[in-house]
Amino acid sequence: MSGHLNLTLKIWRQKNTNDKGQFVTVQAKDIADDMSFLEMLDVVNEDLTRKGEDPIYFDHDCREGICGMCSLVINGRPHGPKYGITTCQLHMRSFHDGQTIVIEPWRAAAFPVLKDLAVDRTSFDRIQQAGGYVNINTGGAQDANNILIPKRVADEAFESATCIGCGACVAACKNASAMLFVSAKISQFALLPQGQTERYERAQAMVDQMDAEGFGNCTNTGACEAECPKGIKLTNIARMNREYFTAKFFRQEDVHA
Amino acid sequence: MSKSKPVLTSSLGKKLIMSLTGLFLCTFLIVHLIGNLQLFKDDGGYAFNNYAYFMTHFTPIKVVSYLLYASIIIHAVYALILTLKNKSARPIGYNQYDGKANSAWNSRNMGILGTVLLVFIVTHMQNFWYQYKFGTTPYVEYHTELATGNRETIFAENVPADYTGYVTYVNDGIETVKSKDLYKQVEVTFQNPLLVGLYVLGMAALSFHLIHGFQSAFQTIGFNHRRYNGIIRGLGVWIFGIIIPILFASMPLYFYFVK
Repeated sequence: MSGHLNLTLKIWRQKNTNDKGQFVTVQAKDIADDMSFLEMLDVVNEDLTRKGEDPIYFDHDCREGICGMCSLVINGRPHGPKYGITTCQLHMRSFHDGQTIVIEPWRAAAFPVLKDLAVDRTSFDRIQQAGGYVNINTGGAQDANNILIPKRVADEAFESATCIGCGACVAACKNASAMLFVSAKISQFALLPQGQTERYERAQAMVDQMDAEGFGNCTNTGACEAECPKGIKLTNIARMNREYFTAKFFRQEDVHA
Repeated sequence: MSKSKPVLTSSLGKKLIMSLTGLFLCTFLIVHLIGNLQLFKDDGGYAFNNYAYFMTHFTPIKVVSYLLYASIIIHAVYALILTLKNKSARPIGYNQYDGKANSAWNSRNMGILGTVLLVFIVTHMQNFWYQYKFGTTPYVEYHTELATGNRETIFAENVPADYTGYVTYVNDGIETVKSKDLYKQVEVTFQNPLLVGLYVLGMAALSFHLIHGFQSAFQTIGFNHRRYNGIIRGLGVWIFGIIIPILFASMPLYFYFVK
């Protein structure tokens, strides 16, 4: 039961980071409802290119919901009107014929717009570089199960590690807070034996970098959890807070120093 | 990984301050409510006025009350600091923002609810705290026959020049208490429908503020565990979000409509 849609798109267009930017209305004609949202934009872009106009700039890569590149706030919600998916997994059957769709970039001081709908998310990279790693000795690969980890703990760490760093948490948060992202990255290591060496330094370094990037402060609204395409839980933020406060107030190195 | 910043300058440190001052203010509400329930006693304000004197003159209580004033101010100041930071974290807002799709209204509007509460607190302090300490609160005298419990209440319309403060003594089996009549102050204040309205509005704001705030404070401390979340949420909704605000709001309504 596939049909075709005619849509009015209100799209944010901005030449570069310093440009003021504005909304531009574009008609999307004869869109198959089996298309993904990004394929719809591809069709619109082909049309614009044929007319000699500048195509709409948007981020995308894997188009199967695992890379975290695609963004877009669609009708006021990151990744559009569905839960638990990225924009590339959103299909046009979620919209109806004649609908007006407002498309905006992620809005955050720490995510400056590069062009149109694409934003610069390297602030996330810098947070990762501040502490989102483990130091391991190189050499032959270890045998599997050399380090025993309880299944429930391994699962929990895995859940945290499914974060694809798309930034929907920041986009959804009314405070543009990155705490869900940072807490997921801290959690995935804090839970595992391999992450213990840098455990408390990591929490401090990553929180410091998050603050330095100019992200907002969490008010526990839960918007991030609801909009996260990977279902990262708020329990991660509580864990990050525990890690950070433990590091600050009960540092083992300082017990006797 | 280099030396990190001091805890209280960080985002999490500021959140911790919000959380701890908020929880302290929650515990105060319980004490304040239990004390004020004495307003419902039909004893001409005897119990309530004695309690008011005790609360304003017992040193440990006074110390806690100064901590309380400090907590209110710190909670408000840090809320302002954090809100300004949050605003600057998104200098250009969304044309469309569908907040209700992912979060509760009260969780997104804690600042507005808190501002209503601050206006309420200032008014409340002016109505009672200021009037009791520096204002024109009248005096009252109680004579209680200790054997029978019969009590006579004498309102001192004109305050005697030689008499301030609080006196209690027993003579011939009759207990005499002279004190400021805060109960009367409450009665008079709640004849004003505007103030009754503001108090009820304030308690509505308190309800929505604490339904989110109580459990949010635990999340910020890092206390989020499946085993206890139900209890925390339940306490936040039923005790702090429903029972306490309703009982508080019933006081002005009782004096306006019943008394």
